[in-house]
Formats: sequence, structure tokens, C-alpha cells
Amino acid sequence: MLAFVLRRVALIVPTFLGVTLLAFALIHLIPGDPVENLSGERGMDPARRLRLLHEFGLDRPLPVQYLDYVGQVLEGDLGSSLTTHEPVLQEFRTLFPATVELAFFAMLLAVALGLPAGILAAIRRNTAADYAVMGISLTGYSMPIFWWALLLILFFSVQLGWTPVSGRIAVEYDVPAASGFMLVDTLRAGDWGAFRSALSHLILPSIALGTIPLAVIARMTRSAMLEVLREDYVRAARAKGLKRRQVIVVHALRNALIPVITVIGLQVGLLLSGAILTETIFSWPGVGNWLIHGVQSRDYPVVQGGILLIATIVISVNLIVDLTYGVVNPRIRHA
Amino acid sequence: MIEVEESLEAVEPGPRAAGPLTEFWHAYAQSRGALVGLAIAVALVLLAIFAGALAPHSPYEQYRELTLSPPAWQGGDPRFLLGTDAVGRDILSRLIYGTRLSLLIGLISVAISLSFGIVLGVIAGYLRGWTETTIMRLMDVMLALPSLLLAIAVVAILGPGLINAMYAIAIVLVPHYVRLTRAAVIAEKAREYVLSSKIAGAGPLRVMFSTILPNCLAPLIVQATLGFSSAILDAAALGFLGLGAQPPMPEWGSMLADALEFIQRASWVVTFPGLAILVTVLAFNLMGDGLRDALDPRLKR
Repeated sequence: MLAFVLRRVALIVPTFLGVTLLAFALIHLIPGDPVENLSGERGMDPARRLRLLHEFGLDRPLPVQYLDYVGQVLEGDLGSSLTTHEPVLQEFRTLFPATVELAFFAMLLAVALGLPAGILAAIRRNTAADYAVMGISLTGYSMPIFWWALLLILFFSVQLGWTPVSGRIAVEYDVPAASGFMLVDTLRAGDWGAFRSALSHLILPSIALGTIPLAVIARMTRSAMLEVLREDYVRAARAKGLKRRQVIVVHALRNALIPVITVIGLQVGLLLSGAILTETIFSWPGVGNWLIHGVQSRDYPVVQGGILLIATIVISVNLIVDLTYGVVNPRIRHA
Repeated sequence: MIEVEESLEAVEPGPRAAGPLTEFWHAYAQSRGALVGLAIAVALVLLAIFAGALAPHSPYEQYRELTLSPPAWQGGDPRFLLGTDAVGRDILSRLIYGTRLSLLIGLISVAISLSFGIVLGVIAGYLRGWTETTIMRLMDVMLALPSLLLAIAVVAILGPGLINAMYAIAIVLVPHYVRLTRAAVIAEKAREYVLSSKIAGAGPLRVMFSTILPNCLAPLIVQATLGFSSAILDAAALGFLGLGAQPPMPEWGSMLADALEFIQRASWVVTFPGLAILVTVLAFNLMGDGLRDALDPRLKR
């Protein structure tokens, strides 16, 4: 088991180095050097430019600069935002809980609806229920979520007035940020009004972000269940007189869940992609929104640092999924 | 569809009474969804080709006296079936011309990524060793980034615009084709026909691209169809974020972005471009599913 874990961890080292190389290259591939970008429209006299280049260490050979960059990254120094002058890592840390909170509820929704829908489609195969589930999930899978989010706002916020249009909590509430998770913080402060406001702000963004994972999970659960239901041991369980429900829940579902869990883990990248769009539309103060602002205002340290941090998170989550998979399924471990 | 026909002789072994193309069609036509997808896709292609003849107005002409006119059935001007946008442009015409843009984005980015993906994948699968390790590690790095994030990173480097968005999407799609091609090549490489081709004196390039590759096309065709829909979706997302097609281009995603501020007053400027994206993406996903069922007998229901 230890050998398996070490082997998997060793595999991500080159991937991580590659990501740092990509982030490093990002700054150097942008037309114009960072000093030029700093100077703006007015330009800068050549002597000052050379002095600044030297000051930033940008006149050294690229490999030296790269090693320097990796060293800084390992020390947790990702530079400072050009617009707010705050350290990038600190900005990310304050905003990330908002994204996690949103992604968590989106995933919760996706699993809570996707799993039963997939199971239902599999056991009622080729019935109206199956076609409905598959049709809806293919539509959900093809959905441009930025448009879907707008439709949700149009219907629930504008027409019905049930939910707020954007933001994370109504302005009148002032909750001390302790964990960064709004629901936890409002509960800890014992402020029910604020908690309800935070919850109502979460609903539409979670639906928008959860739609594609929901569709993927429903499709995956259906096909995994169909595969397992064909197995001999399922027929044997039925033949020895067990009830259909018991066979489905106890025998089939347990084995069907393995690929489904992997798929759930692999949705993290998709969730973060979707979070960029969802956060932009709902003005949700998370890392996706922050990153888009960074791109639009050419705040390159933010873009570079944000990409590096998000890629690191995706790599780590994939590693965890991989390891869990190995724990659940010994055949993988010894492969 | 040309690719599909080419690969069929390779996928279906031996001569049969029905002929491979007929047999493929029978398998494909099994699924009603796949047929619907194909019909919509054909309609969209025709719409894109004949946009000039079919669109009632120019996509750029501004009818200043009729801004934000509702669709004809909601009491709007009958000349503008789906209404007009904030500067009085005909939404229907913009959508029709937008089909051209979206299909072109899909076609070009899939073509670019497919060519790079196939070449890299065949090389990795055929040569193995450190070449393979280098290529595959590089692909792992690209897959570690969420697709839209990678596309945004590329656009951040190249600058916003339609062409750059296409490059960005092409780059994002490459790893999928590399992985598929490599896996298929490794499986085919051990077969006898490859050995016999080598014995007959075929050089490595010939073995790679003209002996092995044609037998690896089935999964690639399926993935290319699905890649087409994700390219259209990502291009629209980039356009929506202001990083893709720039105004006044009638691109669906950027049409949505333009419409944002009028969402409360004029819901039609938001509804129709999104519906166009959804229908197009759905059609290609249906086709992709149908092709997979038809080309890959193992996954057949």
C-alpha cells in the first residue's frame, strides 16, 4: 500500500513542475516585458527600463529566472496583485472559501439528484422514465451554463422575486469572517436572518453550477448500474430468492458506485471551470470572478498565481481520488 | 462525415453482403436521438452556408427607430421575427450568421487539435520510451488545468479575439486526442498485420500513419464529434466573458454578453442566442453518442 501511495505521489511531481513552467511561461510569452506593462501608455526612458529590469532580475538567463520562480513558489511567494498590491496568495486564501462553498453545494445537489436519477433510469431501462432521465441529462450536459444561470435569474429572481439576483449575502448583514464559509460564519454568529440570506443567495448559483455534474453523474450511474445488473452474481442473488430491491441496493449499487465515485472526484476541474462563469454572472466573490477580473485588467501576477493555485488543487484532488480508488479496489493497487 | 466514410472499411472487417456503409447506417439509425442530432446538424450546416440568402436582414444593420423591439408574436414589428437588440439589429439575422461563426470555430479548432493530437499520439504510442513519457507528461499538465481556465490562460497570452479563442480551444482539446490515439496505437501495434507490413519493408512513417492509424480512427471520430460541441460551448463562454469574438461580430456568446444589461426589460435578447447554443451543442452530442454506439460494438446497448 505504501509503495502504491509513493508511486502515485512521485507521478505528480513532474506534472506539478510542468504547471509551474506553464505559469512561468505565461508571464514571459505575453507581448512586452513586465516593466513595459508597468510603465503603461507613456513609455519609459531606456536607462530607467534597464535599471528596473535588473531590479526585478529580468535580465538574467531564463533558466535562472525559472529556478528562482520555483523557489519563490515553494516559499509561498506568488507576487502581489498589480491593482490591489495585496499578496496573491493571501487574496486567493480569502476568496477560495466562497468558491468551495458554492462548489460544495453544487456537488451536493448533483449527487443527491444524479444518483437516484441514474439508478431509476437503469432499473426502468427503456421505459418513459429512462428516456426522460437520459433526455434531460443530455440537455443538461449540453447546457451553456452562463445562459442557464441567466434564465434562472430571469425566472426566479426577476419574475417570481424568490431569490436574490447576485452576491453572497444581503448588504444589511455584517458577519465577522471567521472561516470564510458564509453559512458557517452566520451560524456561529447566531444570526438567523443572515443565515437565511446567505442560503438564499446560494440556491441559484448552486443549481447553475451543479447542472453539468448532475448530468454527468446521472449518465455515469445509469451505465455503471446497467453493467453491474448484467453480472452473474446479481442473477445468482435474484435466483436464491432475494428481493429485487435488496439485490439492487446491496449487491448492484455497491459495485456500481466505484466508477461513479471516480467520476465525482474528476468533476472538480469541471466545477472550477464552471465556477469562473457562475461567479461572474452572480457576482459571487470567489476565485473565478477574481481570476477573470485579473485577465481583464491585465493583472498578470493574479492570473499566473491563480492558474498555479487552481491547477495545484485539481492535481491534489485527482491524487486523492486515485488513492481512494486504490483503497476501495485492491486490483488497482497491485496493477 | 467524410472521415466517417473513410474509416468504415477499417472498422468493419471483411466483405459482407450489406456493405460496410449500409451496415454502419443501420447501426447509427438504431437510435432516434442520433437521427435527430444528424438532422439538426445538417440543417445548421445549410443555414451557415446559405446565411446570406436566408437571413432577412444584414447582421450589422442598425434600425435605430426600432431598438429592443419584441418578437413578432409579442406585438413586435413583423419584419423582425425574433425582435431586435439594443441598437436595433435583427436578432434572427444575427443568429443565422452566428451559426456560420460557431460551426467554423468548431471545425477549425477540432481540425487543428485533431491533427496535432493524432501526430503526437501516434509518435508516443509507436516510439514509446522517453519520447512517450515527455509527450504524455506534457498532456497531463494540460489536463490538470480545467479546460476553460487553460483557454483563458492562452487568451491572456495571445490577447482576446475570435482567432485566438480558436487557438485556445484547439490547444485545450489536444490532450484528449493524444491519449486516445496513443492507446489505440499501442493496442494495434502488436497485431500481425503491422508486423507483416514491416517485413514487407514499410518504413516507420508508413507503418505509423498509413498502416496503423486508419485502424485507430473509430474512437477519434467519436471524440472529434464530441470535441466539436465542447469547442462551440467554450467559444461561446469565451465570447460571453469578452475574451472571444469581439463586437459587433454576431457570435452567440458575445450576443449574450451584450444583452446582459437589458435582461429585465427585454428577455428575448437573452433567450434566443442561448437557445441557439444549446440546440447546436445538443445536436452534436446526440450525434457523438450515436456514432459511439454504431462504431464501438462493445458499448452497444
